[in-house]
Amino acid sequence: MFESLTEKLTSALRNLRGVGRLTPENMAEALREVRAALLAADVNFKVARDFVERVQTQCAGQEVLQSVTPGQQVVKIIHDELVGLLGEGATELAAKRPLRVLMVGLHGSGKTTSTAKLGKLLKKRGARPLVVACDIYRPAAIDQLEILAQQEELGFYCDRGSRDVPAIGRAALEAAKAANADVILFDTAGRLQIDQELIEEVKRLHAVVQPDEVLLVADGALGQEAVNVAKAFHEALQLTGLVLTKLDGDARGGAALSIKAVTGVPIKFIGVGEKTADFEPFYPDRLASRILGMGDVVSLVEKAQENIDQHEAERMAEKMRKADFNLEDFLAQMQQVKKMGSMQSIMGMMPGMSGVQLPDDSERQMKRTEAIIQSMTVQERRKPQLLNGNRRMRIAKGAGVKVLEVNQLIKQFEQMQKLMKMMKGGNQKKLMRQMEAMKGRGGMPGF
Amino acid sequence: MRSLFKKFRDGLTKTARSLAEKTAGLFGAQRIDAATLAGLEEALYAADFGGETTSEILEEIKAAHKRDPALRGAQAAVIGAAVLERALAGAEGVLPPAAAKPTVICLIGINGSGKTTTTAKLAHRLKADGQTVLVAACDTFRAAAIEQLQSWARRLDLEVVASHTGADAAALAFDAWQAARARGKDWLLVDTAGRLHTKGNLMEELAKIRRVLQKHDPAAPQHRWLVVDGSLGANSVEQAKAFHAGFGLTGLIVTKLDGTSRGGALVAIYRQLKIPVYFLGLGEQPDDLQPFSAANYARAIFGLDAG
Ligand SMILES: Nc1nc2c(ncn2[C@@H]2O[C@H](COP(=O)(O)OP(=O)(O)O)[C@@H](O)[C@H]2O)c(=O)[nH]1
Ligand SMILES: [Mg+2]
Repeated sequence: MFESLTEKLTSALRNLRGVGRLTPENMAEALREVRAALLAADVNFKVARDFVERVQTQCAGQEVLQSVTPGQQVVKIIHDELVGLLGEGATELAAKRPLRVLMVGLHGSGKTTSTAKLGKLLKKRGARPLVVACDIYRPAAIDQLEILAQQEELGFYCDRGSRDVPAIGRAALEAAKAANADVILFDTAGRLQIDQELIEEVKRLHAVVQPDEVLLVADGALGQEAVNVAKAFHEALQLTGLVLTKLDGDARGGAALSIKAVTGVPIKFIGVGEKTADFEPFYPDRLASRILGMGDVVSLVEKAQENIDQHEAERMAEKMRKADFNLEDFLAQMQQVKKMGSMQSIMGMMPGMSGVQLPDDSERQMKRTEAIIQSMTVQERRKPQLLNGNRRMRIAKGAGVKVLEVNQLIKQFEQMQKLMKMMKGGNQKKLMRQMEAMKGRGGMPGF
Repeated sequence: MRSLFKKFRDGLTKTARSLAEKTAGLFGAQRIDAATLAGLEEALYAADFGGETTSEILEEIKAAHKRDPALRGAQAAVIGAAVLERALAGAEGVLPPAAAKPTVICLIGINGSGKTTTTAKLAHRLKADGQTVLVAACDTFRAAAIEQLQSWARRLDLEVVASHTGADAAALAFDAWQAARARGKDWLLVDTAGRLHTKGNLMEELAKIRRVLQKHDPAAPQHRWLVVDGSLGANSVEQAKAFHAGFGLTGLIVTKLDGTSRGGALVAIYRQLKIPVYFLGLGEQPDDLQPFSAANYARAIFGLDAG
């Protein structure tokens, strides 16, 4: 589903980029795709609708219509709107000490793990955290927190005999004082936002401990109800932040965007793995790209504009479309790309390629590729079919590489040509599969 | 059947009510018009059905509306429920009696989806049904996961085979099978560690559990069930696809439907993979595991009474 989403959006935007002029029709088409993309990413229905409306209004502005590259402009508007919705920059916790943090959320969202993770992070920053076990319901929840606290050498408080959560909170504050802790993290039981009894309980806990931060811990893959869940928790407890968990999976995290849009509560941290260290401050622009599943298209567009001769780029694109692309073009292309930065960072910005890990030596590899092509005659570059055994040997010598590498390059070049033919034929599905297959092999050197 | 529906309905009341709330009386005596259709689209998306099912339901209601411009909300609800039921044809998993002794059910899924709780509930259910059960605590990864299961075992008087955190889950599964055989148990339930479906190495660990069980019995584990959190959205489908590819799923359990989420992702999963849904989790109590009924689900979603 997500592949096709990326595919669809990329193609809608590609169409937009391709056309010289924005018309109400092609705009509407692209915006429909964007809406579908947002919904498929679990962005709340209303949030998605409002979002598309805002983008539409902005795109109707004069600047976009008269811009030479309206399509790119639209992509940028979409991205900037998303980042704007998610908030600017990382949002820090209150600096106050002692800092009291209440962790709340639905069942299984990752509260206990996140409590330990946050404790570890703050400890690394010089704090003396104490974690408090307030989940008296789920079997062994207290044990889980205790084990994690031991592992990370965090202060720990619990009262296994007590069924009175606010009383546990009160006693924990005393214990924290005695232990000279300056950050106190309260792990609470998972609860449904509609469970009046349990919501009342956590409200009483809140009243007792008077937290400086109330963090809602939410699964990054939450569906459409996320907004109602967050609204209810927010009304009951005045949330100050959101912790988004399990983002090491492939969930797009649209629910988080919706929560932010509807409640205004900023996302503060993300969980990216099961280890206690897999916990990071949140950066809005990264999630924006993830939701749209398009890599950091905007930076790529900007970088390309800065560094690539527009005319040259268009000539290349045309050649690629016609599948009339030889080794000479390949060399020129490579030299253009090199100006844009490291291969790894560029790959990271390409739609569908963000997960691709280039081998460490890919820069060096690129230089060798360059050397190989430079050792060819112009004739050979234009007509790679000419490259028989003898010629290949000569080229290898000239470039100071093994014949095997020359063979490899030519083989890969042929594959690439095949890809372009597919693009030309419009066989997008096959193309995606082919690209997937190439990912597995570490991709093209120099491309 | 009535009381079952009631239980199901009670668990899902919030759901039914909130869908009706969302549609502001759309499913009442009021006539359908453009505004109510827009409201319906919103409500359907809000149930996490995803684009495909949502369009299908909308199309049918629109078509019916075209035929009969006086179509009322209550009739639209019946159409919607019918479309949903059709999409779910064959989706009701029915657990056959344990043919082999033991017959193995493996519960797998991402972290926090409800595997351990479901394992306990399922064991409880089978026992109440007069069957004998052994439970294997194969989440040897998460802190206190074993204690969690053991605590359920004390409460529900279940037999558990457990090792220690960090132990080899596959080796434990192997031993547990032997124990179940030796004790003549009908069922062996294997609780596993949560894992994200995107982690190749952890998926491999699941495959290994399967391989070692096959050494005892080539058909084991006979049931490979994915436990999905019903409050999640579209990513559930990705989860199901990946677990299916790695482990060959034979069933689904959707949990946490006592919340306000409608668990519509199960429809999308079923459409794509045709894996039957065996149970729904409707709360944290031992009895809150109910067999899945497509008709009840479809009707509850649209606020209709049992058919
Ligand atoms: N409300 C509700 N909570 C559930 C349900 N099933 C499991 N849970 C809760 O979800 C949390 C995670 O469950 P657990 O079984 O530990 O998940 P696991 O990590 O997959 O084993 C616990 O707090 C359970 O009590 C359900 O059907 N409804
Ligand atoms: Mg578990």
